Amino acid sequence: MRCWVLIAALAAGCATTGEGDPRDPLEGINRGIYRFNDKVDQAVAKPVATAYRKAVPGEIRDRVRNFFGNLGDVFIGVNNFLQGKFADGANDWARVAFNTTIGLLGIHDVATDMGYEKHNEDFGQTFGRWGAGSGPYLVLPFLGSSTLRDGLGTSIDMYTDPLGEVRGYHTQYGLWGLRLTQTRADLLEASRILEEAALDKYVFQRDAYLQRRRSLVYDGRPPREKEPEDEPDNKAR
Amino acid sequence: MNPITRLASALGMVLGLAFALPAPAQDIAPDQLVKTVTMEVVDLISKDKEIRSGNRAKLIELIDAKVLPHFNFAAMTALALGQSWNKANAEQKKRLTEEFRTLLVRTYASALAAYSDQKLDFRPLRAKPSDTDVTVQVRVLQQGTQPVPIDYSMEKTAAGWKVYDVMVGGVSLVANYRTEFNNVVRESGIDGLVKNLHVKNGSLAAAAEKK
Repeated sequence: MRCWVLIAALAAGCATTGEGDPRDPLEGINRGIYRFNDKVDQAVAKPVATAYRKAVPGEIRDRVRNFFGNLGDVFIGVNNFLQGKFADGANDWARVAFNTTIGLLGIHDVATDMGYEKHNEDFGQTFGRWGAGSGPYLVLPFLGSSTLRDGLGTSIDMYTDPLGEVRGYHTQYGLWGLRLTQTRADLLEASRILEEAALDKYVFQRDAYLQRRRSLVYDGRPPREKEPEDEPDNKAR
Repeated sequence: MNPITRLASALGMVLGLAFALPAPAQDIAPDQLVKTVTMEVVDLISKDKEIRSGNRAKLIELIDAKVLPHFNFAAMTALALGQSWNKANAEQKKRLTEEFRTLLVRTYASALAAYSDQKLDFRPLRAKPSDTDVTVQVRVLQQGTQPVPIDYSMEKTAAGWKVYDVMVGGVSLVANYRTEFNNVVRESGIDGLVKNLHVKNGSLAAAAEKK
């Protein structure tokens, strides 16, 4: 806890002045934590993920991704039920049933081939569905992009994480580490594209995160956002 | 086979060939256009050893020839700049469009290079025949993860359907540049943004050379 306060204090020192983005009132602190996360990523997460990808064949990495994906489907289903999407929730639990049994503890995603598509849900999205706005943008130490709403959601996601039930610290931390490594390895291309595409990585990632979450809350069909002041008067053509 | 039937069959082949040729771009429905171009590009890449082993210049050449004609970069740049677009003069607009185009092509090449053998699901178009502004949806399917939707916003023009925005997983590429661009314009004007993009493209090109 003490180190968080220290980080926050350090970051506040770097706070930039000027016209801020209304969605990101804590930009100064966020940028500080972003730089910290980036250093951790460059020093540990990215090299480990790169080595993992070199050492482990794609076929095995698919099994690992499927295994953790299957664990995740349990609470993806819960969140769909909480959002009143009962058919989707039933779909998610059918996935768990088939993948855990026929799919050998989830290492084979047989449910997708049977027509049960995987969904993306979490408690942050459920709160959004219930009408909660995202609140200010936050960059969380180690975890990265979030908002006040999604941060609260993430804490419940972590609390309800099936890996929390695993007995034995070594096994538990081993599984945590493997899941993190797999997730980071799956993001290697995306992070490289981000480096190339962005003029200001922080802003680009923030805006992409906010757009992405908004789309997820509405399951890919968000209502159109009216921004008349942002539209040019005449489109060039 | 007598000469007449030989001539007739040759004529038939020529006519058959003519019909097999793709119709001019302006007559193709937008969803068909996306599917045809995507399949062609994926096929060309899978056959090209140099591209698959990382020849980025050749990949960009391919994108230039096959994909770019279907994009309206001036409209994309205008949308990405929002209000600032109106402050730019004709010369600045031209240069901004050129630089933004170079950046997008490079980004697109990186995304395409990351494509392995995921299945593509071309969604049926939900639009009336009279519509002039449609969204064409493609989904990238991969086991164990949620499908990634790619939505092409397309507009009908005299020269056929043109893409003016791409949304990947709900993130609009054009909208995502808006804050960045406006930040730069606020600090250093339109010329500052042109310069900024030019420097960015230069450093990316230099990095690609080194590989």
